[in-house]
Amino acid sequence: MLKILKSGFFTTIQDAGRFGFRNKGVPISGVMDSISVERINTLLENESSAAVLEITMTGPTLLFEENTYVCLAGALISPTLNNEPVENYKVYKVSSGDILSYGRLEKGFRSYLAVKGGLKTEKILGSYSQYVPLTSKKCISENEEIQYEVCNLFEPKISEVKMDTYLDFDFLEVQRGPEFNILTDNHLEALFSKDFTISKKNNRMAYQLDEKIEGHSYSMLTSATLPGTVQLTPAGKLIVLMKDGQTTGGYPRILQLSETSICVLAQKKFGDFINFKLT
Amino acid sequence: MNKYPITIKPFGENAVLIEWPNKVEEVILDDILRFQAFLQLEIENDWEFIPAYNSLTLINLKTKIDFSTIEKQLLKMHKDSDSTSKRQNYLWKLPVCYDLEFGIDLEELSKELKMSIEELIKMHSSHEYIVYGIGFLPGFMYLGGLPKSLETQRKSEPRLKVEKGAVGLAGKQTGIYPQESPGGWNIIGNCPIPVFNLKSEEPCFVSVGDKIKFEAIPRAEYELHKIEGEVGIYTPEKIVLNA
Repeated sequence: MLKILKSGFFTTIQDAGRFGFRNKGVPISGVMDSISVERINTLLENESSAAVLEITMTGPTLLFEENTYVCLAGALISPTLNNEPVENYKVYKVSSGDILSYGRLEKGFRSYLAVKGGLKTEKILGSYSQYVPLTSKKCISENEEIQYEVCNLFEPKISEVKMDTYLDFDFLEVQRGPEFNILTDNHLEALFSKDFTISKKNNRMAYQLDEKIEGHSYSMLTSATLPGTVQLTPAGKLIVLMKDGQTTGGYPRILQLSETSICVLAQKKFGDFINFKLT
Repeated sequence: MNKYPITIKPFGENAVLIEWPNKVEEVILDDILRFQAFLQLEIENDWEFIPAYNSLTLINLKTKIDFSTIEKQLLKMHKDSDSTSKRQNYLWKLPVCYDLEFGIDLEELSKELKMSIEELIKMHSSHEYIVYGIGFLPGFMYLGGLPKSLETQRKSEPRLKVEKGAVGLAGKQTGIYPQESPGGWNIIGNCPIPVFNLKSEEPCFVSVGDKIKFEAIPRAEYELHKIEGEVGIYTPEKIVLNA
C-alpha cells in the first residue's frame, strides 16, 4: 500500500484515459502531460495505460509500505526520498517504510509519480482516472491507502533519459480548428502576436486566458470538442479545453492544440504566459 | 434516396469532422447516423464516433491521421455508402414527476407562458423528443422537438445547484440533468430513473437518434421508481423505431 500522509494541493490518480464513451458525454480524462507519463511508464517497463499520481502545484507526502521501484517526471517540486533529493526520469528502488515528500515548486505545474506495475485503484469504464461523478473521489486524501504490487527486483533496460525542455516552452503549436475561417484579420493579428496570460480559472477541464480578443456573433450547432480545442466565446474570451473537458460544445472551435502543446499548457499555472504558433 | 452534401474538415492530429447542412432536422440526423453505421462496418475498430445535430466527428485512438488521405476516402465512402444501411433506434418512455416540490419553476413558468400548470405538463409530456446529441455532462441529452408554446428564456441567474434528475426547459430545449450541477434552466419536474448509471451494464441506455417521451407519474410512483432506479432494477419501457 501507498499511504497518503499528506495529500498536497490537488493530487489525483490518472492513466492514459477513458475511451469509448465520448458519444455518451464522458470526457476522456487521463494525464494532462502525457509526454512525461509515457516516459516514466516506459522506464519502469509498465503498460502505457498504467495509473500514476498526478500532482498539482504542491506535492503530497507518501509512505511506501512495500518494496517497489518508482520514477518521477513533470514539474520540478524538489522531491526527496527519505530526505535525499531525487531526480526526474531516474528509476529509484524504494523499501517498505520509505517516505517520498515534495518541497518548493521550481518549474512547471504538474508532477508525476509512477510505481512499478502501476497503481491499483477502482477501475471505472476501463480507466483508473479520477473524474467525478464517475469515480467516487475527485482526488486522493490524507490517510488514504492505494494498492500497488510488491517488486523486490527490477533491472531497468534503460536507466535514465534526457531531461525535458518543454517545461520552458511558452509557445503552443496549434492547428486551424473547424471554425478557424470565421476569424477576422483583427482576430488573427491578436491571436498570433499577443502573449496570453493563464487565468486563475484553470483546471483539468479547461484553461481560460485573461486577455480578450474581438468578440463575434457566429452561432453554431453543438458539435464535438476535444482536449486541446480552443473555443472563442461571443465576448472574445479564449477557453482551452483539457482532459476532463466536455465532449461537445457550442462555441466556435477556432484552434486545436497538438498533444505536445496540451502537455506544455498542462505545465502552466496562473499568471504564466503563452502564445500561439500556427503549424 | 438523395444524400446530403458533406464537408470534411481537419480537427487536430487525430480527428476529422464531417459536417452536414447547418440545420436541425431529423432527416439530416438520420443521414448522419446511417453514414456512421456504414463506417463502423467498413473501417477498422480504432475510431470513436461523436454524432451531434449536423456533424459526425471521427477520432482515431491509435495514430495521427493524414487529412488529405482520409478526406478522399470519406468522400468516396459517402458516395458509395449504402443509403439503406439500418441503425436501430428506440423510443424510451421516461417517467417524470411534475409535483410542485420538484417543479420549482412551474408556477412562475405557467404565468410567463400563459397556460395552466396542467396544460404545461400535458404539453411537455405529450410530445416525442429526438436525441440530437449527448454531451456536456455524462448522459446529458440534447433534445429537439419542443413545442413552440413551451419555448422560454433561461433563468436570469443560474442556480448553483440543480438536483440530479431535474427536468428543465430553456430556449428550444428540454432535458434532464444527469447529475447534480449548476444550471440556468427552468425546472419543471424530476425523472427518478438515472440516465447515466454505472451500476447498469449499459451505463447510458440512450443513444443519439433515439426518441424520448416523458410520462407524468404521481409522487408515490416516483418514490418507487427512484428506489428501483438506484438499485438498477428499473427497465424503462422502450419501443423499437424504424423496425
